[in-house]
Amino acid sequence: MEDLVKAVAEMMEDEALDLTRKLLEQGESPAKILDAYKEALVIIGKRFEEGVYFVPELIMAGEMMKTASELMKPYMAKGSSAAVQAGKKGKFLLGTVAGDIHDIGKDMVGMLLDINGFEVKDLGVDVPVQKFLDEYSAFQPDIVGMSGLLTLAYDSMKRVVDGLKTMGVRDKVKVIIGGGQVDEHACKFVGADAWATDAVSGVKYSLQWMGC
Amino acid sequence: MGDAAQLLAEREKRFNDAVALNKPDRVPIITMWDFFPARFKGLSVKSVMYDHQLMSDTWAECFDHFQPDMGENPYAMRGFAKVLETLDTVQLKWAGHGLDDYSSYQFVENELMKADEYDHFLFDPSDFMIRRYWPRANKALAALEGLPPINQIIPYYWGLYSGVFLLSPEMEASRAAMIETAKASAELLKWAGAFGKRMAEMGLPAPSGGYAQVPFDTLGDVFRGTKGIMMDMFRRPDKVMAACEKLLPIMIDSAVASAKRTGVMRVFIPLHKGLDGFMSDQQFHKFYWPHMKELLNALIREGITPWVLVEGACNTRLEAFRDVPPGKVLYHFEATDIFRAKEMMKDRCCIRGNVPATLLSVGAPEDVKAYCKKLIDVCGEGGGYIMDASTTLSDAKVENVQAMYDFTKEYGVYK
Repeated sequence: MEDLVKAVAEMMEDEALDLTRKLLEQGESPAKILDAYKEALVIIGKRFEEGVYFVPELIMAGEMMKTASELMKPYMAKGSSAAVQAGKKGKFLLGTVAGDIHDIGKDMVGMLLDINGFEVKDLGVDVPVQKFLDEYSAFQPDIVGMSGLLTLAYDSMKRVVDGLKTMGVRDKVKVIIGGGQVDEHACKFVGADAWATDAVSGVKYSLQWMGC
Repeated sequence: MGDAAQLLAEREKRFNDAVALNKPDRVPIITMWDFFPARFKGLSVKSVMYDHQLMSDTWAECFDHFQPDMGENPYAMRGFAKVLETLDTVQLKWAGHGLDDYSSYQFVENELMKADEYDHFLFDPSDFMIRRYWPRANKALAALEGLPPINQIIPYYWGLYSGVFLLSPEMEASRAAMIETAKASAELLKWAGAFGKRMAEMGLPAPSGGYAQVPFDTLGDVFRGTKGIMMDMFRRPDKVMAACEKLLPIMIDSAVASAKRTGVMRVFIPLHKGLDGFMSDQQFHKFYWPHMKELLNALIREGITPWVLVEGACNTRLEAFRDVPPGKVLYHFEATDIFRAKEMMKDRCCIRGNVPATLLSVGAPEDVKAYCKKLIDVCGEGGGYIMDASTTLSDAKVENVQAMYDFTKEYGVYK
């Protein structure tokens, strides 16, 4: 297992996937293998914060996770997903707002939130304001995360926050905005609780809010 | 016309003084307009994208109002709706085509070159472009995917089958689309030329006469996609390097040819994927900077001023960016700490920017003025500085742009 953690953390993709296959064939439990990946993700996240790793490493980590999940699927016991759901830290509603079609940042946030124990509902890109509001009612998230790279995204973000106010639920939910250009001006304009220009800091806020 | 010629010369000198790290008469102010002029006149983006006359009049009126130190020719990058439509391109969404009538266009990233196609590209980039890239990037050219390799036509009889293919039913639509695109391009260029003349008559220099990219950006933006190229750095680094080396002379040759054709010896180079956070220092010095440096030097050797738009933040790249001949390169910063950049660059490169786009779109004129004051006080010190927003004015409020222009022209005068 230690080798697997190291291979993932060091971006040795072929080694990591070979090890995963071998462990599965030897009868190792998928849950334990997943733990190894999580441990590696913690190391990767830390290196990202320290400025040793950057976006390419996060993307590679996401890809390795995706392939590993596919490998593990046939070995997963039925019913285990319910148990996994029960242990979730919180619910996160995610999407790139109306008018904007950028998805790389959003996808990284989704991947990191998922690995950090959040139940993530990803609405995709160019998500209409009303869709965010409808999904809020249906999903009842703890946090709404809106992504957008373009300055025009701020209007859409603001309209979602205004919609949450009209629904009388703004104080029940945390709102975070993310994107390459967001800053305190944008955050104030939108009426969000926090802003983040990278995926790792966005996840940090979310964990703090859930008391983790 | 005497006045316009004089104004043109004054503005060129103001800009050139700043680039050469000298002190101009005042801080030059230039902005990248995007579709701001349409909004300024209360018009939709769609209406100007499809109406060349309306675009000309709208842009001219906007420039006449703000009197920037350089104009901007909107046709090639804004007036191209007809061309895009005829090609049925998958690389952009624009007003009326996937976006509402008031939105600026957005680039759609696609993986138009698959990971296992590097060798095809490296063996013969033109063949790859014509038979794989074009048909994928433009639905109207889909039939080209079936074209036999052109490099096999050596004696005429080897080309018989290729000739027949051009007449095939599947090629008919693509052939018609190519002709229509050529016509739309000719029309666009006619208007671009006329607008260039109109700007000169208003005393407005053109900001650039060509466009280039760092090879890694081209490879990532249009061929492999951000995700694809980032994984390629781990999975097939040698192929990435080889592809960048293949692209470098293409970038240099096309930018030099364009600058010479237009007579505007400035080339615009936006940076996309070498930013802080997008790669490590080690990756930057391997995959990005060597080709970028060679691109800059090659343009400088041709007497061209590279105008580098440093998108995002590049605080960790400033030391590398300094490694160019003094007074030859213009760095335009978006979110980089421009005050620190001034400190590091003042003996080396002119810097430009960076009133934040967010401040211009959601702030108040007073905030804009305060930020401009700091820029002029710190970055304007001793010359070598040009006032601009951090990026295009796409969603800027009119009153904020007005505040930026008025304040700079008044407060930015060098004593």
